Amino acid sequence: MNEVLRLQRVRKSFGEELVLADIDLSVPEHSVTVLIGASGSGKSTLLRCINLLEQIDDGQVWLDGHDISAVGVDADVVRRRIGTVFQQFNLFPHLSVIDNITLAPRVVHGVDDHPARVAAMALLDRFGLAQKADGFPDRLSGGQQQRVAILRAISTNPRLLLLDEVTSALDPVLVAEVLSLVAELRADGMTMVIATHEMGFARRVADQVGFLHHGVLREIGAPERVLDSPETRELKDFLTSVREAGRL
Amino acid sequence: MTERSGSTYTPSPERIARETARRRAARRSTYSAAISTLVVSLILIVAVTSAPGWPRVQTSFFSWEYAVESLPLIVQGLWLNLRVLMVCSVIIMGLGLLLALARTSKSPVLFPLRALAAGYTDLFRGLPLLLVILLLGLGVPGLRLQGVPNDVVFLGALALILTYTAYVAEVLRAGIESVHPTQRMAARALGLSQIQTLRHVILPQAIRRVIPPLLNDLVSLQKDSGLISVLGAMDAIKAAQIVTAKSFNFTPYVVAGVLFVLLTIPLTRVTDAIAARLERERTIGGAQ
Repeated sequence: MNEVLRLQRVRKSFGEELVLADIDLSVPEHSVTVLIGASGSGKSTLLRCINLLEQIDDGQVWLDGHDISAVGVDADVVRRRIGTVFQQFNLFPHLSVIDNITLAPRVVHGVDDHPARVAAMALLDRFGLAQKADGFPDRLSGGQQQRVAILRAISTNPRLLLLDEVTSALDPVLVAEVLSLVAELRADGMTMVIATHEMGFARRVADQVGFLHHGVLREIGAPERVLDSPETRELKDFLTSVREAGRL
Repeated sequence: MTERSGSTYTPSPERIARETARRRAARRSTYSAAISTLVVSLILIVAVTSAPGWPRVQTSFFSWEYAVESLPLIVQGLWLNLRVLMVCSVIIMGLGLLLALARTSKSPVLFPLRALAAGYTDLFRGLPLLLVILLLGLGVPGLRLQGVPNDVVFLGALALILTYTAYVAEVLRAGIESVHPTQRMAARALGLSQIQTLRHVILPQAIRRVIPPLLNDLVSLQKDSGLISVLGAMDAIKAAQIVTAKSFNFTPYVVAGVLFVLLTIPLTRVTDAIAARLERERTIGGAQ
């Protein structure tokens, strides 16, 4: 089994505050890793360290066997191989939906306008967004915007897709359409690392679930193991509070 | 506002009553605006024309004869103002963009450039334009440098460029800084380089947002192009001055003033229209 991503003793602080403490993680090809944990537990920072939007203080990050945390690695080249989707979509408001999707293929990967457009239309068509192609992002619903953002991230056929709380800004009805898109990508064999608060979704799509608490990866394993028989008090407390919040 | 076709909708009496009342109110405010405008204009006309000095002012500022006589020379001068405006605005936009990019760059290597750019904007936003024109126009020829043109139009235009570049750079800088940092982050995460991010993501949004203030600066530059007349450049104001000096009649100044206003009106209308369109787009789209 090929390993797409490996983190070794990754450590990161913001000033005095330690946000990631010696994280070890291995992500095999075609697998989905879900990170859970309270807000501020370090999930987003971990994702940002993987696509080099943050520099790590210590440890190593390997992508396809290459140490991308080494000195002299061109972050732009690394990011061409990693797709990222953010909580707030961050679509480009001055570009139409299709131009949002074709921007990176055209500008970064040198694909010609026409093939880039054809490929983007195929993606939009597959996910029921074809009639929105020439509209602008601010005319779409939140769920549609986030689906476009995901298509934008996979338009360059990345080796790895990072999803950072992609449903946290959406209302429950819209969450479902975004999650079903992610489930389809999983069926395609996309390797993903997902930070989320959706426990039911984590259980359905994850090959492994990791629980982050104050920057420490406290538990990691198969979803049933981690979600049904937590070993640490912190994870038990966390799951209890999530369950109670769900009941309200 | 979309009413489904096919449904049998009849407006309620309340709606009809409301709409009639609104129409009546709108009509009433139009009438009162027209009447008050008329009254104010009448009062002004009577006040000015009944002033003891009016007949003299009328002959020396509003003489039809002198207006017709001076018009060709002034129009010829105005053509110089227009050419200066066109050349300067293109150069100012380019230099202003470079200056704004230098000031917004975060790279430590560019620190000296950033400091220099900050000093430049401080200096030329502080110096009165007239002073810059006089210093350049009178000082540079005094240096007797080889290869530097002593042409007054060139030196006057140079002063306009130096001063307005500082203003335009600040406007563009504000635009660049108004683009949310997450836009840059999203572009970088897609693998776009620093420069590609600027070109495809940051600048298109930044410039769109500052089009109204930029056009405002253009209108202002159009008027200030008249200041190069102090160096002796044969622009519209200089032309008016010459005719006035010969005839001791001030009508040519009024003619030049009217022409400048006529030139700026279309520009300000375009500015307003663009600003209104951008505002409409924003309200339809909703802020993101």
